[in-house]
Amino acid sequence: MRVSVTVNGHAFERDVEEHWTLLRLLREGLGMTGSKEGCGAGECGACTVDLNGKTVNSCLVLAVEADGGRVATVEGEADHGRLSQIQAAFARNHAVQCGFCTGGMVMSVRDLLTRNPKPTVEEIKEGIEGNFCRCTGYEQIVEAVLDASGQLNASTKGALRYV
Amino acid sequence: MSDDMEVRAPELNDPPGPGAPAGPTVGVDHPRVETIEKLTGDALYTADLLLPGMLHAKVKQSPHARARILGIDTSRAEALPGVHAVLTGHELDYKIGLYIVDKDILAKDVVRHFGEAVAAVAAESPEIATDAVELIDVQYEVLTPVLDPMVAFEPDAPLVHPDLGSYSYVEAAFSPQPGTNVAHVQKIRKGDVEQGFAEAEWVIEREYTNPSVQHVPLETHVTIVQWKAGDQVTIWSSAQSPFTVRNLFCTAMRLPLNQVRVIIPHVGGGFGGKAGIHLEPLVACLSRKAGGRPVRLQATREEEFSLLPCRSALTYRIKTGVRSDGHITAQQMTMFWDAGAYADYAVNVTRASGFSSSGPYELPNATVDAYTIYTNKPYGTAYRGFGHVEFFWGLERHMELVAQAIGMDSLEFRKRNLLRPGSRTMTGEVITEDTGDPLACLEAAATAIDYGRLTPEEAEHERRTGRRIGKGVATLHKAPAMPSFTATAAVVKMNSDGSVVLNVALTEIGQGCNTALAQIAAERLRFPMHRVKVAVERDTDKDPYDWQTVASKGLLLSGNATILACDNLLEQGYAMAVQVLRANPADLDHDADGVFVRHHREHRVTWPELSLGYAFPNGNGIGGPLVGVGRYIAQGLTHLDKETGQGLPALDWTYGAHGVVVDVDPDTGEFDVLAISSVYDVGRVVNPGLVRGQCIGGMVQGLGTALCEGYIYDQQGRLLNPSFTDNKIPTSRDIPARIETAVVQTAQIDGPFGARGVGEHPMISVAPAIGNAIQHATGAELMHMPIRHEDVWRALQSHEPIDNWITETPVGSCRSDLPGGNLATEEVVPPRREEQPVLH
Repeated sequence: MRVSVTVNGHAFERDVEEHWTLLRLLREGLGMTGSKEGCGAGECGACTVDLNGKTVNSCLVLAVEADGGRVATVEGEADHGRLSQIQAAFARNHAVQCGFCTGGMVMSVRDLLTRNPKPTVEEIKEGIEGNFCRCTGYEQIVEAVLDASGQLNASTKGALRYV
Repeated sequence: MSDDMEVRAPELNDPPGPGAPAGPTVGVDHPRVETIEKLTGDALYTADLLLPGMLHAKVKQSPHARARILGIDTSRAEALPGVHAVLTGHELDYKIGLYIVDKDILAKDVVRHFGEAVAAVAAESPEIATDAVELIDVQYEVLTPVLDPMVAFEPDAPLVHPDLGSYSYVEAAFSPQPGTNVAHVQKIRKGDVEQGFAEAEWVIEREYTNPSVQHVPLETHVTIVQWKAGDQVTIWSSAQSPFTVRNLFCTAMRLPLNQVRVIIPHVGGGFGGKAGIHLEPLVACLSRKAGGRPVRLQATREEEFSLLPCRSALTYRIKTGVRSDGHITAQQMTMFWDAGAYADYAVNVTRASGFSSSGPYELPNATVDAYTIYTNKPYGTAYRGFGHVEFFWGLERHMELVAQAIGMDSLEFRKRNLLRPGSRTMTGEVITEDTGDPLACLEAAATAIDYGRLTPEEAEHERRTGRRIGKGVATLHKAPAMPSFTATAAVVKMNSDGSVVLNVALTEIGQGCNTALAQIAAERLRFPMHRVKVAVERDTDKDPYDWQTVASKGLLLSGNATILACDNLLEQGYAMAVQVLRANPADLDHDADGVFVRHHREHRVTWPELSLGYAFPNGNGIGGPLVGVGRYIAQGLTHLDKETGQGLPALDWTYGAHGVVVDVDPDTGEFDVLAISSVYDVGRVVNPGLVRGQCIGGMVQGLGTALCEGYIYDQQGRLLNPSFTDNKIPTSRDIPARIETAVVQTAQIDGPFGARGVGEHPMISVAPAIGNAIQHATGAELMHMPIRHEDVWRALQSHEPIDNWITETPVGSCRSDLPGGNLATEEVVPPRREEQPVLH
């Protein structure tokens, strides 16, 4: 089947098989491998992308369902090599370790901050609860989101204490 | 990137100006060096690679835990268009094994665990491969599995490996017992336990258990192999240890090492599950059979649980003799490790746990008898902490119960028995002031949670909620479990602009080794960080040897090798500068710009001028490209005596402690972890942000182990919860509101700038600290990990704890349902796998 999608502002047309997921279209059809498959069952969030203004697990969306749609992926976050606010905050707060969850995580944070520019810690945790991270323990990701939303200060920023 | 103390994101985007300050870099909170490519999606992982002509593999898994394979009919699969290779075990005359060579690439004649691979297919698409696997017909004679390690330990138990006596194994370290299910016995003997128990006023004996657990890296295991003409093999893999993959692969395949190249792109988490060797041999054999086309196999999440290994379950019996003044006089420890179907790392987990089993306590008289036991379950491997997460559950719960029995505060009891300078470990190593400071860690963790009292806010919280606040502490320690002569190397190469590239084979799996090693190199060379690059991909053809990326040994060993490589490069630069500057070698010094004469700083030669060899104005050249080589091997360690366990196994000891605050509903057993404070003696912090990331990440992984994770089997040995729906891992909403991480810095004499590893330690002892806090709040005596709310309730009601990890009521969920069908029938769902007739 022929599918037309706009990904990160660029229009694409591809022939896909009916059973292809949006994730597979992105990764194999368009060569955008920043969205990852961690479970293939919509449980881990590593494949999170924005489809028509809503975050979806792209492993659960068929490519044909995205026909005519607008998709945003982590590849669209940086602007000509310049990190976005969210990415820069992730970098300086050590919110990335192995990086496998990072693409999906950034997209969930983008969605959260679009809806709620000044989320509380609880709202941040709720906003990323669909994105598993096995490395960071989430704390530094939460701090990165506080940073990206201009809320990181001495009382919200954790630090290593020297005994 | 800039080297400013506070690195802000704009500077990450901007190239540093010519005046960017150089060093010092060790101790600075520098952003992770590969963070930008991971944040933009540019970083390539093995699963992202597409090779020309690449085929896709799928595996046929056994639905039975123990069965004889009567026949396999692959004819229909082979006839399917698009299928290029079908393999069964009988075509593969190879055995694989880390320490005991006990595993076939595909099951031969018998299957030993649910999910074991019995056949495999390579085809033009994953869909064709899946269809082909469905067309393979395997005839089984189903046998009764031996699932419980305590049953498998009985002398008349059915044997998982009747041929154990014929397997080759590492004789210096391991002792398989042919004719039994025992893959290894580790014995430690210290002092005289009989005498010690005779001196005791109290003897307390208890047993502690925990189930198998899955690592859950977000990236499942994935491998691409191309077996080219002339037996030239290239392996791309999500592996932790490229040289171990190459070594074990070549040993099994009887190939020379220089014909096999292992490449490791970015790795999406490992946690020990990607140490050793896994899918590589099977995929290689598929590629060979498919005429040399590259073949890719990526485990599904379900296969990650059943085809690939997990962490071993443990039953730990501890008998302690103690005086009323709190001094332990004797301790007898018996560990029963459930290896599952293959020995893999479980035998070395047994060995490491044996020599570590006392925790950071001095036991004057002690014995350890630790057994690795084969059962018909998915097999155990390395997992962050390498046995210590499991046995510290028992040990630190036991210390709490011993303190309770003798009526002493458990913090005071712990302090009284902690290792101190002059103490001897279980294997006879003498602790010194430089080994580390377990007391400082324990006291700092306790102080941070206001141990021993309720704050006014906590008292108010109790009044308001009706819940009870409890506080608990637990200690931890670990040394790398590795061969006594573990070695590594580093190569640092200068480019013509004075920047350098560092090559090591220690793999970046998320732990931050690239950043830490870059900081160490920058510090040693006195270069700014932006002039040091650590090559991302690991490649056995191009990188110098490293044993493995495991055991929290990387910082010390590869850090030292990096320092030595930098020194070697500097020596080469100085050797040229002596001639260029016509100076006495003793008068030379260097900075980021070049080498100069100390008393005439302007009399200098720049690094770019020296980088490729120096050329005099008349054209004469001297020296050559600057390539520093650093080699490092663990110093002074020994094998352990097989009868007494005495010897020097520990490269270094990292000590630590957790303090935990919980609130518990005394009626229902529901509880929340409100706060956790963790303290580690890391020797020297190389990068505080990375240390904190390791500590919090490990602690939360430990929280998963403590609260909810674990394999559940039915009585036929079928795994019931191989998914995130039924095997929960912590999400962002499961982390405590208050998390504090602190470090003590007792410099490691032989550590790079005094540093020692802390990669695994944060996961250790989270569970017993929580268990101790719950006991403090309610009196509940918890013996099994994970601690679920209903376990607390059962303990409070003095109900027998239920071990539903081999369950009569398969509900496929991490919960302790009542045996005997007390559940409403509609709640009982059938096992995930189809029931199989005994013979079909």
